[in-house]
Amino acid sequence: MATRRVRIFTLFERFWHWSQMLLIVVLMITGFGLHGFHGLFSFRTAVTLHTWAAVTLLVLWAFGVFWLFTTRTWRHFLPRATGLWGVLRYYSWGIFRGERHPYRKAYWRKHNPLQALAYLMLKIILFPAIWTTGLIYMFYFAWRNLPQATEALRMVALVHTGAAFAIVAFVMIHVYMLTTGHSFREHVMPMISGFDEVDLTPEEEAYLSKDEPELLG
Amino acid sequence: MRVPIRHVVLILLCLIIPILLLLPGPQAIARDNWPTPPLPGQARPQVSGPLQGGTADHTKFKELDGPFDSGPQVTRACLACHTETGQHFMRNVHWTWSFVNPDTGQQLGKRYLVNNFCTNARGNEGMCAQCHAGYGWKDEDFDFSDETKIDCLVCHDSTGTYYKTPNTTGSPACAVMFEGKPPIDLAAVAKSVDLPRRANCGTCHFNGGGGDNVKHGDLSTALKDPPRTLDVHMGADGLNFACTACHLTNRHVWAGSRYQVISKDRRGVGKPGQRPDVATCESCHGLAPHPVDSLAHFKLNDHIQSVACQTCHIPTFARGGVATVVDWDWRTAGKTKDGVGYHEENYIQGNGQHRYTYKSIKGNFTFAEDLVPEYRWFDGQMVYTTIDTRFDPAAEAIEINGFKGSRADRNARIWPFKRMHTWQPYDKGNGTLVYTHLWGEDDAAYWGNYDMAAAIEKGMADFGLDYSGDYGFIQTLSWWPITHMVTPKAQALDCGACHRPRGSRLAGLEDIYLPGRDRNRVLDTVGLLGVGGTLSAILLHAFVRTRTRHEEESE
Repeated sequence: MATRRVRIFTLFERFWHWSQMLLIVVLMITGFGLHGFHGLFSFRTAVTLHTWAAVTLLVLWAFGVFWLFTTRTWRHFLPRATGLWGVLRYYSWGIFRGERHPYRKAYWRKHNPLQALAYLMLKIILFPAIWTTGLIYMFYFAWRNLPQATEALRMVALVHTGAAFAIVAFVMIHVYMLTTGHSFREHVMPMISGFDEVDLTPEEEAYLSKDEPELLG
Repeated sequence: MRVPIRHVVLILLCLIIPILLLLPGPQAIARDNWPTPPLPGQARPQVSGPLQGGTADHTKFKELDGPFDSGPQVTRACLACHTETGQHFMRNVHWTWSFVNPDTGQQLGKRYLVNNFCTNARGNEGMCAQCHAGYGWKDEDFDFSDETKIDCLVCHDSTGTYYKTPNTTGSPACAVMFEGKPPIDLAAVAKSVDLPRRANCGTCHFNGGGGDNVKHGDLSTALKDPPRTLDVHMGADGLNFACTACHLTNRHVWAGSRYQVISKDRRGVGKPGQRPDVATCESCHGLAPHPVDSLAHFKLNDHIQSVACQTCHIPTFARGGVATVVDWDWRTAGKTKDGVGYHEENYIQGNGQHRYTYKSIKGNFTFAEDLVPEYRWFDGQMVYTTIDTRFDPAAEAIEINGFKGSRADRNARIWPFKRMHTWQPYDKGNGTLVYTHLWGEDDAAYWGNYDMAAAIEKGMADFGLDYSGDYGFIQTLSWWPITHMVTPKAQALDCGACHRPRGSRLAGLEDIYLPGRDRNRVLDTVGLLGVGGTLSAILLHAFVRTRTRHEEESE
């Protein structure tokens, strides 16, 4: 077992992550503007920005989902109970005592169990909740003649806004987590350069050295 | 650690590309150069629908040389060539003043209805039938089958010298208003005939309710020669539409009805020449009137299902310097000074003219200008309280014309209205509206004698109506769909006029969920507490971390 610098985030993943970040920030700002929390944009501008950002994000996600399944990287997000308690205990106790993070990144397990679970929930609950309701919301005039359409719209708006609040909370925690290591920069760099310290098995190391040396830093 | 330059470029690209994608397209360009700019050069003549130019020069007709002693003589000359026009004309409401609503079966029309302005034409035709497109209607004996009684000139005169006076003299107190007018050169007027211009229609329609813009609010003398900012269609410096450009005419029957409004036109433009029967916006502009060059326009085209064009495109009415009456109080009528009626002019409107705020013959008026309309779901069907309608005499207010409509009704859209509020006489015993005998030479006519009891007694008795003999005053409301004074697009309401948390134009509409206006308070509270709680937890976590940092470093 050796710790090596390995490129764990491909170019597409990094592009995905940062574009997604930007789009979500735009969606949050314009969305809460539409909700009436602030008046930075006119309603017309906010709707335009919000809709274009949402459509762009959906296209990006379509590529992202395709990428996850064709490269088998979806397996990084499989929930696993092993080690979950250790990570939870670390963040709520060990971190204050200067303990070392209990999780070691593996080549085929680049997220710690808590991370993987959080990202999975984001991907299969929060994001679908917000984009399905968003599309239903956007095409309201296509179903406005159904019975109880007003009540339905009220519910759609409720779920959409609720999911938005949850995503704001997620983003706050997500950004805060970057500060928990030795430095903020050290946490952000892997998503910029793609390289991070990863524990490799001898077999993985041998394979990467021989067949994909460009992945090793 | 050194950051390779390609990583920096990657991050920049990630940030810049979505921004480029997000940049609004052409719709963000300034909204002031729309496809209907002022026309260059000289003002063009008024556009009267498809009939333009004509095929005859009436100044060359010997038949019109006169001399004419009376209007009907001119009419005979007209009908000698226009052989079928008399029969055509006698079918339209300008002649019949009668309309039976085919859906509700109600007998409507000026001849029968009670309104909440001067209350009723019936029994007062000697005065009110000045605006009948005929000659000499004073009472029930008028012959509606005599086509020589049609007044062609009031609509077709283009000299501006033609006028009408009441058909009877009335009380001396009122007759004085119509004295000293110059004689009309009927032959000159007859030779001037042309397609009706705004001023022709406006003679009556701009002065409904007893004065300039009193009744409609969106029809005033300001439209005789309006700038396009007042009305983008009628603007003399723009399209210069006459009324008949939209109120298309087919055999002297006009498109457009206030009794039966097409609140939601689903047919749009139709095939060429197919739709001369409606005056809806959609009949010219189609069912997707906003050019789909931006997301906002795409959404606006969606709104057509729920929102009438007028709602956004007529932000305020009674513009152009002429005020409208919004409140009329008949309870104060009848005050005299030394037995003589008087008036007060305590309102100065935008164009500088003084308006009556009190008249002995009518009571008190409240004027308003630049009014924000009331917005309601409207299915297009007006239901009237007629002289025959019985209502609870103790009712707080009666709707002269009520209407239905809701979010659930597919035929309804959100329309702008002028709301007219009046205190007017009614039969307290029977719970009905009343015909008031206002105009006449007799002792009962209210105008001149100021005896309301006698005026109502006669007004009801003349038409054999049941009257308890006990009158009072009741509050009445009438609703006037606003459809004129369409602004240029740049001045149309923006989304935020309705989609806003406070001060929404649609604040009164409760059966809709309006994004930007509506929200779930519980969710907002829970959501904000959740976000706040997360922030607190983060700060607490960070605080404890900094306090224990020395341990971390010591290890």
